[in-house]
Amino acid sequence: MQTVKIVVTGPFSAGKTEFIRSVSEIDVVSTERKISAEAEKIKESTTVAMDFGRITVDAELVLYLFGTPGQRRFDFMWEILSEGMLGFIVMVDSVRPETFREARSILETFRAYAPTPYVVAANKQDLEDAWDLDDMRVALRLDPNVKFLPCVAHDKESVKKVLLELLYTILAEMESGNKA
Amino acid sequence: MALKGNLRDFSITQLLNLVNLACKTGTLVIEGPGDVAQISFREGKLAYAQLGHHDNTLAGILRRNRKISARQYAILQERAQNMGDKELGLLLINAGYLTQTDIIDSLQQYFIAIVRQLFTWVEGFFHFDTNKFSPSDKIPIRMDLENLIIEGSRQLREWEQLQQEIPSLDMSLKFMDRPGTNIRNVNLSVEEWRVVSYVNPKNTMRQIAQTTKLNELEIRRVVYALLQAGLVEIIRPGNAPVAIQPRAFPTTDKKEQKSLVNRIIDRIRAI
Repeated sequence: MQTVKIVVTGPFSAGKTEFIRSVSEIDVVSTERKISAEAEKIKESTTVAMDFGRITVDAELVLYLFGTPGQRRFDFMWEILSEGMLGFIVMVDSVRPETFREARSILETFRAYAPTPYVVAANKQDLEDAWDLDDMRVALRLDPNVKFLPCVAHDKESVKKVLLELLYTILAEMESGNKA
Repeated sequence: MALKGNLRDFSITQLLNLVNLACKTGTLVIEGPGDVAQISFREGKLAYAQLGHHDNTLAGILRRNRKISARQYAILQERAQNMGDKELGLLLINAGYLTQTDIIDSLQQYFIAIVRQLFTWVEGFFHFDTNKFSPSDKIPIRMDLENLIIEGSRQLREWEQLQQEIPSLDMSLKFMDRPGTNIRNVNLSVEEWRVVSYVNPKNTMRQIAQTTKLNELEIRRVVYALLQAGLVEIIRPGNAPVAIQPRAFPTTDKKEQKSLVNRIIDRIRAI
């Protein structure tokens, strides 16, 4: 059996676990713990080590989806999880601009690990308070060449679109790499 | 238990706070990135500070504070070479050149400047020596630490924010392609110009910092300003193109790798 992996990262409460849950064929193996810090109690629990989802491609190939912990104090897991990844997705919460700086920081950290293909997903675009994608692109200081996609993590079709865009990017990189 | 550790885990501000609250007496020795600092305290108050081999003689400090002229400094260097600071201070006061306040103020400013410099140190081994006091020939001061602690806390917050904005110094910088923007028309400080002159995809921020003798906080501060102004962007060293990690695929065969990605695409479309 061959395996490949894609990493889903982003700040605390960006929707990484939900994203993986939407497409994983198994119940997401999650390392969620109750949140103790008052300041971070915008949800009941958070991922402390990783989330783990699976998509069986065929009899010989499995795609694993790894979600990183969003809180900075668990960032020692990031480099471990990024080892050997096919590409990564940075999830950003479109209604919480206070997390944009953290998202930028996570993106820069992952870019520093390896020159791996990635896309950025603006989650919660279905909400009324969601920031406009163009404004978010500027706030996140994203290069115009980086794919920045609207996303709703609990909507399977939306998640599929983000995953497919990452895979198209990977394919394009492979083709341009072959030409070089 | 000995008070020792690394600034990465216990910052200067936290150390000052500890010294202040515990009313400690002794000398804090910090081995920083390129210098050694010694800060002496008496009952929780700042008494003396020394950084590396900088000229910390009273004559040198008074000259820097423009309390004495270059000529007076030269004369003191020549004639009072073997005189301790205490002795020289008394001589200057008795001769009517300076007042006691002039001397104490100058020393305070000098010591504060050293502590401020330490706020920019983010790593370095430290230990607190309870048996070591300020050198006997030096004039000790007695200064409360509260204001310095507050100032240090502000810098700590700045450091945390800058570290978040620029997590890795092993990345490079390149000028943004923005038509109509001429960097020569932007008002930059000398420090910023020095960094700008080394902006090149081949140079990492760490290398620029080393060349321009800026520490981790200072280089981040300059780069952050350039980023905010939209003058530079962070790129991988050498502007390395995006590439697939060698270990990302279970096979090294390019055709098989491509087929594998296409199979995943087909599968996800079918979910």
